[in-house]
Amino acid sequence: MTITPSIKRDYLENLAKQGKRADGRNFDEFRKIEIETGVVLKAEGSARVKIGNTQVLAGIKMDMGDPYMDTPDEGVMMTAAELIPLASPDFEAGPPDKESIELARVVDRGIRESKIVDTKKLCIVPKEKVWMIFIDIHILDYDGNLFDAASLAALAALKTTKIPIEDKRFQEQLSKLMEKFPQVKEYLKEHPKDFPLPLSEAPISCTSVKFNGAVVMDPSLDEEEIAEARLTVAIDNNGDIRAMQKGLNGSFTKEEIKKVIKASTDNGKKIREKLYKSAGK
Amino acid sequence: MNSNPDVKLKQNESEKEIAEKPLIDIHGKRKDGRESGDLRKIKIEVGVLHRAEGSCYLEWGGNKVMAAVYGPREAVPRHTQNPLRAIVNARYNMAAFSVDERKRPGPDRRSQEISKVISEALGHVILLERFPRASIDVSIEILDAEAGTRCAGLTAAAVALVDAGIPMKDIPVACAAGKIKDPKQNEIIVLDLGKEEDNFGDADLPVAISPRTGEILLLQMDGHLTQEEFEKALDLAIKGCHTVSELQKKAIIEKYGSMPEAK
Amino acid sequence: MTTETRKIVIPSQLLGDVKNKKAGKGTFVENGKIYSELLGVLNDSPEYIGVTPLKGRYDPVERDFVIGVVEEAMSSSWLVDINAAYPALLHVNEVPWDVEFGETDRYLNQGDSIMAKVLQVDQEKKLQITLKDYNLFKIKGGYILDVEPTKVPRIIGKKGSMIALLKNYTKCRIFVGQNGRVWIDGNEEGIQKVIDTIKVIENEALSYGLTDRVEKLLKKDAKDVQ
Repeated sequence: MTITPSIKRDYLENLAKQGKRADGRNFDEFRKIEIETGVVLKAEGSARVKIGNTQVLAGIKMDMGDPYMDTPDEGVMMTAAELIPLASPDFEAGPPDKESIELARVVDRGIRESKIVDTKKLCIVPKEKVWMIFIDIHILDYDGNLFDAASLAALAALKTTKIPIEDKRFQEQLSKLMEKFPQVKEYLKEHPKDFPLPLSEAPISCTSVKFNGAVVMDPSLDEEEIAEARLTVAIDNNGDIRAMQKGLNGSFTKEEIKKVIKASTDNGKKIREKLYKSAGK
Repeated sequence: MNSNPDVKLKQNESEKEIAEKPLIDIHGKRKDGRESGDLRKIKIEVGVLHRAEGSCYLEWGGNKVMAAVYGPREAVPRHTQNPLRAIVNARYNMAAFSVDERKRPGPDRRSQEISKVISEALGHVILLERFPRASIDVSIEILDAEAGTRCAGLTAAAVALVDAGIPMKDIPVACAAGKIKDPKQNEIIVLDLGKEEDNFGDADLPVAISPRTGEILLLQMDGHLTQEEFEKALDLAIKGCHTVSELQKKAIIEKYGSMPEAK
Repeated sequence: MTTETRKIVIPSQLLGDVKNKKAGKGTFVENGKIYSELLGVLNDSPEYIGVTPLKGRYDPVERDFVIGVVEEAMSSSWLVDINAAYPALLHVNEVPWDVEFGETDRYLNQGDSIMAKVLQVDQEKKLQITLKDYNLFKIKGGYILDVEPTKVPRIIGKKGSMIALLKNYTKCRIFVGQNGRVWIDGNEEGIQKVIDTIKVIENEALSYGLTDRVEKLLKKDAKDVQ
């Protein structure tokens, strides 16, 4: 584990008292965001997102499979995140640890709860066959704020995903299915070509951390290392709040939370525009 | 990275046509237009990651590879430490989305084997005695796969090691050769197998060398070769290695060789 | 004698022959030929041929000044990160305080920074450092900047010329550890100026006339402030 010198903490806290951040940003300012889609040809959808030096790659793979028992007419969606050793001297190879799991679950919830993907439209034959979406998030370079980078990458990747129904593999499976379930014929008629995922507007997540009374948005690695509390807010295109997650042992005041919501709304708008541009909307 | 959202669509359209073409025609033209001794397109970028001490992003045909180096640093766990030299931990991993059918995350036996042969190849050229009890950790991530990932991975790892300032006797490089049939059933030795050639060909020979000395550091063979064919394939693979080696060196010099001018 | 152009060489590059020159640091010899083992700058002098690394971890040398960050306080010693391949050991006998057994954390704790000296590097690269010298101390206040260890000579400058410039124009105390850590103490503006200037030095380390350019830069800022 890399130890942060306590002097760095004092320095950052002192700067914050004067309303400054080490890299000169405002408290509610994001680092430069870059979004590139269609970067992995083997994946059905993919996106690479950079926030400052933090770099995340999200890939979407699709498959056909059995629906869950309690949602027989809905598609299946699974999110996984890998904090691969590539991204940081502190990441170890091996089964996902608490951090990867939390990251994956937060990103997954953000997508699932806000119903970005209309999983009802991913049903082929109820109780029998549905489309399965696998979202895999690969952290390439860790320099603070994985939550926002990962969420954004997953969103951008989903936006450019095409369901590969024309793929030989799936055509074969569908033909077989048609023998038992004639309604598949209709399904094939309705979807002759690869088609985009049924998506609705996505909320954008913005993460802030608090240290020594200062609340800053899009924490750099140094700021994350001394953070006492963390707050992630997801705002949709109407300005409504769709998800919130507080982390770490510290606390927030009501005022601080209000400020964060306002800043998240403003930044959310800007980030959403960037997302549209990159996904070619 | 290249954004090519339209390429997949094109492939679907003429998939039928492509499927019916032979791997190599009677004029010696392969399906992707290459001649028997041609390499796929390679692009190498040095020092692309912020946290890693050395890094390299490499594209080779449809392969996209990211390699990063951390170290030398104290080897953990303790019992893996060698009091005389550093150990090389190369980890080859394929991203879940890098292949046609999603791969479950985590090392499978194939990845572990490849990690081992790559570690051994790299270990031969690194001056390991300089760092007793340490480990040099190399992370190789295959982000997009299209045959020849272990050669692409080792080649990228080598550049990342140089970028990290690790002392080495040479910059290792890898390339594969193979054997495919033409429509008249003649066996043709070709360089740098593409995806279909790898799937439907008759032999695959990935080779890694130390280009300065010609020593062979990695050698694996899959398929069926006569001894004569093997020699031909080995020579061709080595020739390919030398070509790729020039590309590695060029990329490194391009990154570090140009000095900022006094203004 | 300095060469006019700084040549960058890479591992395995042929540099010369043992018949004509002696093999210096950063090279290895095979069959009478001298090769580079590193990515670095060629040092071609009349007697030696060597390579100065462009990148790489700090390689501890006895008597080097280093800035360390305490990782762990143990019963009669501390484990200190000095940005080398290995952590360094600081024994209670090597500090200016009278430390009782098990009381090490009263003096130095995880996260504390120290200005230390490399005492010993043994065959297995086990490192020992010391705080027992009049110019060594526990660091309080200020900021610690991480730089590439290979760029340290440039930041210090010939006979300390570069560092003297920085100190002069920013009125900050600056201590440069050989291990790629720089401690800066002063007012925030001064500290930020030092950080920014050192970034410039790092990026342009290989170019010529850097000292003059840096001086111009510092002068310009000083004028603006006034």
